[in-house]
Amino acid sequence: MSAIAADRKQASDRKPARDRKLTRAVVSSDRRFAALSHGLLILWSVIVIVPMLWVLVSSFKSTSEILSSPFTLPDHWRIENYEHAWTDANIGKYFLNSVIVVVSALFLVMLLGAMCAYILARFEFPGRRLIYYVMLAGLTFPVFLAIVPLFFQLQNFGLLNTRPGLILTYVAFALPFTVFFLYAFFRSLPHDVYEAALIDGAGDWRAFFQVMLPMASPGMAAVAIFNFLGLWNQFLLPVALNTNQDKWVLTQGMSAYASSQVYDIDYGALFAAIVVTVVPVLIVYIIFQRRIAGSVSQGTFR
Amino acid sequence: MKDTITTSDTASSRPTPAARGGRPRRRKLTFDRVTFFLAFLGVPLAIFVLFVLYPFVQAIFWAMTNWRGFSPDYDFIGLDNFTKLLEDDIFLKALRNVALLAAFVPLVTLTLALGVAVAVTLGGPSIGPVRGIRGASFYRIVSFFPYVVPAIIVGLIWAQMYDPNAGLLNGILTKLGLDFEEFSWLGQESTAMPALMFVIVWGLVGFYAVLFIAAIKGVPAELYEAARIDGAGRFRMTISVTLPAIRDSVQTAYIYLGIAALDAFVYVQALLPGGGPANSTLTISQDLFNTAFRKGQFGYATAMGVVLAVVTLVFAALVFAVNRLTGGGESEGKKKASGFKARRAGAKGGAQ
Repeated sequence: MSAIAADRKQASDRKPARDRKLTRAVVSSDRRFAALSHGLLILWSVIVIVPMLWVLVSSFKSTSEILSSPFTLPDHWRIENYEHAWTDANIGKYFLNSVIVVVSALFLVMLLGAMCAYILARFEFPGRRLIYYVMLAGLTFPVFLAIVPLFFQLQNFGLLNTRPGLILTYVAFALPFTVFFLYAFFRSLPHDVYEAALIDGAGDWRAFFQVMLPMASPGMAAVAIFNFLGLWNQFLLPVALNTNQDKWVLTQGMSAYASSQVYDIDYGALFAAIVVTVVPVLIVYIIFQRRIAGSVSQGTFR
Repeated sequence: MKDTITTSDTASSRPTPAARGGRPRRRKLTFDRVTFFLAFLGVPLAIFVLFVLYPFVQAIFWAMTNWRGFSPDYDFIGLDNFTKLLEDDIFLKALRNVALLAAFVPLVTLTLALGVAVAVTLGGPSIGPVRGIRGASFYRIVSFFPYVVPAIIVGLIWAQMYDPNAGLLNGILTKLGLDFEEFSWLGQESTAMPALMFVIVWGLVGFYAVLFIAAIKGVPAELYEAARIDGAGRFRMTISVTLPAIRDSVQTAYIYLGIAALDAFVYVQALLPGGGPANSTLTISQDLFNTAFRKGQFGYATAMGVVLAVVTLVFAALVFAVNRLTGGGESEGKKKASGFKARRAGAKGGAQ
């Protein structure tokens, strides 16, 4: 193996003797590099997978089994832990709430974000730069700076502890990211198609919805995936602004369920609740993982 | 993908960017056009201004009042809240904790993420062109796993892992013959903070690893080819080719990891909702949340928010400065600067 590499080197260089020595050193160093790489990746994979597997197995154990040893398999696999989690932790209800809030917010932020990005990217008008930079500021400041005024802002509008209130807040805070990402995307779209649409008699509205928006769909998909993850995992905004238990989202419900466990511990059900929360996202992730990796890379290459 | 990206980069650095395609788009103001502008720009901006911008501006004003929220009257007290903060031992503790988080979490996360990314992309066989490692996509999928798990759940999983009696961590350590039975990782001042940091790192490494894998794949193959001909091994290539080439991605990631670490709210709420032993893991975000929504001291809490914002900006400025001083960032000037915005938008999506 190393001989082949050495030959290649030799062909491409003038000082064969010195170079062969160098190459051999390089090859052995590359072997160490590869071994180290494998070592690191295997170690990290174990650190990632083991806790998840442990939670999965424990979710079928009884509390006393969990307390006696973290390693043993359950003597019988207790499906009833899942029933308890479903009824005690209200997972079903919170899951539905999360779906309603996140899907509505996602739809709105994609639509409004695309519209705003389109205007900023394709039209010249006074104040354009100002809007752009103000949005950039919105991306940089911590949400915690705004959280108290936001609470009262929603209260003034009668939107505190309501789904529309939470949805609007989600939209507002996801908007800057969406606009930036799509801004770059709309800028890169060819201008000719737009001109052609106008010549064919399309107005601004039709040109956007029937020509420009479909062309931007790869970018839209990438942003949508990120927004979905970000909004689905959102914790601070619902905890501060959505305190009515009937409207809790999943992250809130899980947090409350875990802290209620301090007094009356049903470990099995807690683990089951964690599994129920994680599995749907993991399935979606595994189905879309190529797409997601692609989206991350679109974020970097600009 | 790459073509479109370069064009967008150059376009945004031009003085009149919308002139792309040669013709200015000034037409008569028709009814159609006016409604179009109102709807397309007006609606998103209204939402943004009402729920993001205005609260930010209000925060700065309220930070200078003694407002307690539910009563309408308050006094303007200037900078009193801030001088009070400087004497508030609990807040200073939180500030110190947050500084520790911002110092270590990005560093460790990025080191690991870079390690994983380099191993996946450059760890392949030594012969021929640089190739990825066997099983690269498996490792990529696995390392990204924790990122799709909601952060609160990440916290809850590790709260169980760290459990003194039933937790897997002590179980493993005891099996290995170490004396960790009933050792309370989150209950000791000396271990609570590192334990917390580890959980945050665990949750975030995957995203940045995938980000860097993408960035490394964008490095032109000729650079590796040239390094190869010069007799460089994989270690040398990593140091001399890969890292300089993706340095701006690293800077962006550093800033957003810092922002995530300065917040850390989700993780501390899941692991150490009470602020940890002797407040050793109390964060500004937790202190702020309790001061506002439990004690009702809204003016004082907003002042904490202002401090957090200032700390965040200082952190970002520091990262910029360090990157500049060590020779990065500036080299390609404006082009990179405009590329940065979009990239940081990408990183932010991850940091949410």
